[in-house]
Amino acid sequence: MAIPRFWREIQSRYNLIGTKCGSCGKVDFPPRAVCPTCGRRSVGKMQRMRLTGKGTVVTYTVVHDAPAQFEMQKPYVMAIVQMEEGVRLTSQLIDVSPEHVKIGMKVQATFRKLGQEGEAGVIHYGYKFRPTA
Amino acid sequence: MRDVAVIGVGETEFGELWDRSFRDLGIEAGLKAIQDAKLRSEDIDAVYIGNMSAGKFIDQEHVSALVADYAGLADMHLPTVRVEGGGACGAIALLQGRLAIASGMHDIVVVGGAEKMTDVSEVQAAEILSSTADQEWETVFGATFAGLYAMMARRHMYEYGTTREQMAAVAVKNHKNGALNPEAQFQKEITLETVLQAPWVAEPLGLFDCAPLSDGAAAVVLCEMQKARKFTDTPIRIAGSGQASDFLALHDRRDLTMMDATVVAGKRAFQEARLEPKDVQVAEVHDNFTISEILAIEDLRFVEKGKGGPATADGLTALNGKISVNTSGGLKARGQPVGATGVAQAVEIVRQLRAQAGKRQVVGARRGLTHTLGGTGATAVVHIFERGD
Amino acid sequence: MKAGIVSYGGYIPRYRIRPKDIGVVWGADGEAMGRGLNIRAKSVPGPDEDVITISVEAARACMAKVDIDPTEIGAIYVGSESHPYAVKPTATIVAEAIGSAPVLTAADFEFACKAGTAAIQTTMGLTLSKMMKYGLAVGSDTSQGAPGDALEYSASAGGAALLIGIDHAVADISHTVSYTTDTPDFWRREGQRYPSHGGRFTGEPAYFKHVVNCAQLLFKRAGTTAEDYDYAVFHQPNGKFPVRVAKQLGFKEPQIDAGLCVREIGNTYSGAIMVGLCAILDEAESGDRIFAVGYGSGAGSDAFDLTVTDEITKIRRDATPSIKEMIADQVFVDYATYAKYRGKILMREA
Repeated sequence: MAIPRFWREIQSRYNLIGTKCGSCGKVDFPPRAVCPTCGRRSVGKMQRMRLTGKGTVVTYTVVHDAPAQFEMQKPYVMAIVQMEEGVRLTSQLIDVSPEHVKIGMKVQATFRKLGQEGEAGVIHYGYKFRPTA
Repeated sequence: MRDVAVIGVGETEFGELWDRSFRDLGIEAGLKAIQDAKLRSEDIDAVYIGNMSAGKFIDQEHVSALVADYAGLADMHLPTVRVEGGGACGAIALLQGRLAIASGMHDIVVVGGAEKMTDVSEVQAAEILSSTADQEWETVFGATFAGLYAMMARRHMYEYGTTREQMAAVAVKNHKNGALNPEAQFQKEITLETVLQAPWVAEPLGLFDCAPLSDGAAAVVLCEMQKARKFTDTPIRIAGSGQASDFLALHDRRDLTMMDATVVAGKRAFQEARLEPKDVQVAEVHDNFTISEILAIEDLRFVEKGKGGPATADGLTALNGKISVNTSGGLKARGQPVGATGVAQAVEIVRQLRAQAGKRQVVGARRGLTHTLGGTGATAVVHIFERGD
Repeated sequence: MKAGIVSYGGYIPRYRIRPKDIGVVWGADGEAMGRGLNIRAKSVPGPDEDVITISVEAARACMAKVDIDPTEIGAIYVGSESHPYAVKPTATIVAEAIGSAPVLTAADFEFACKAGTAAIQTTMGLTLSKMMKYGLAVGSDTSQGAPGDALEYSASAGGAALLIGIDHAVADISHTVSYTTDTPDFWRREGQRYPSHGGRFTGEPAYFKHVVNCAQLLFKRAGTTAEDYDYAVFHQPNGKFPVRVAKQLGFKEPQIDAGLCVREIGNTYSGAIMVGLCAILDEAESGDRIFAVGYGSGAGSDAFDLTVTDEITKIRRDATPSIKEMIADQVFVDYATYAKYRGKILMREA
């Protein structure tokens, strides 16, 4: 991945920065310029906000056939997490064995390595989720 | 809008075609369709090509001109268009071709779909397929294409009690149909145990829940209806088409157990055709994973929501069942050269409606439907075909 | 005016390997090795963990205990000998990940195992001089011992972050003193994957000489003896050296027990004394005095005299898991998994 492509999203990948619609109050992640509910009325009213990082597993899978970047971690758990703020996102679940993952499980954001551009390239960091202690 | 009919179809065999290039495949399918329609090359007004990712699979962009060139059409200086829309690109190309004729701009259009997937490694191919999901907010975090569909399957199991056995029944049925299709990649029946015992790809989906990587191409010739009768006695009319989009990322969708894009595209197509799901006897739906077919038959209202699993296990979608689904073998057994999919589905429906489907012929098929997905459901296209005689 | 620790946070990866499981690969009696080192297991970072992720986790745990605006942090220094980048600071990533960027200064420190305590002293100076309100000192490592080397039984992963400032300190740092010489007991040359060491030379002329001399200087400066302290914590390359040095300085077992994490997680290098200090702060009460002496090869010691204040009851100590809880949350792996996670298996470039 081109360096600027990852770099420009660092705020959201590190700190879960999303947007809140100034019109209807709905939260989006990643930031959107237009609210999917309010459309044009929301333009210019999308306020940046940081998600708490707390959420619930809506669905999940255990990935066995992994992309090259994730070869070392397979099998690993991917989940769609519904955040406290209502918005959903896709993330890896860590610090939990696959057989203990359940729909409805409470999870929280953590900071991990997502990948790298080979041994000599830049390293990508961002959120993953782990069960709430 | 002018009526449009399919007057010619052609396809290559699907599979790991090591000795065939992208060019070879595109040309073979195109020439077969032209021959089937008994056209002269001068009759063609335009070429539309559905192709998902030649840039990544074979390092070649600009494939629309390329295919026309190698089909011997360069001197005619035809307008050529390449359409991209993830796995739905072939079906969108068909829609665009139809619109070009319906609008009066063209009379005869060749619509092709092609993908050459085996010139890259399997891991690379899987990553390229994943690129139709959200690359910034899904795959970067480790989501795979199969993994995203697996999450839909998990949620469907959770909400409707769908079982792995019911999903496996999709694969068993489609392999059974594929065994009757001489063009299919897998012409071999499989058992439920084979599906259930296969290694995991992304739980709850195993290897046999997933369509293969394939090379292949398909083409159809579209013609204005009045003119069509000059070429054939059995023009297959496109009675309705619907296309719809949705959030790119799966996690943003309203409901993880259904695809709103399919629901809307289906409604639009049925509305235009003034038909109901019960009026259709045969359907080719996008079974890139077994769960996808279950979602598709629910979202297209062939069965009640949540009943796609039991319906499949009970044989309602088997050949000459209540509705025959994926008689070609589907993406699962016929093969999945992505760009070719939407067009190949149309080829199968045309064959069925012309009563040329051989051992897999649906008895009394007068109307058929194709359903094609892009990504994890951010695009869906539905076409309804009927005999024009 | 005193500088002190305003908040603290540690992080230990959950994977562990036992000395026995290392020894069996190299034809050594790992169990005996573990007993000799007084190490029952060592922590292993997951395949997606490194000094940057550990530093961020520790820094976030530190900030979670207090209601301090991260933009008030004027400096972040991360001490480590295993920064993922040779050039490109860990500290900038920590700054972004805790929301301190961009108006601050940041840098990475290296001084073998005492780079973290060097960062404490630096931020003390910056806050005492009123150049800034807070400084964040981080010490963390994912240290590597060469396969089969004695170090492989102890080199582990973990880290801690201490927020240093003047007001509302949970522990005042009343005195600090350092002792530094040129002693080549342990090193890693540029481009080398694993460190090298002087074997038994790392003991008397290195660890013991520096720790003891530095401790004596601190006693003198503070006008104290071992008996004046409730807790003592030393750099802990293994479970033996700190116990011996404590005894030599007149400390008793109960004083060093709370901070002696090495027995369960191994040597976290730059993280070691800082994680030990965090474990003490997890249970310390107002008025407790803590004696801390770090050591870094090459060589030097930094010593600190700390007094826990009433503020310790005002921060949210339970906002994140305690060091004790993180030590208890363990998943044991075999050597093959450990080798895979630590990048010891030659892979094809992805």
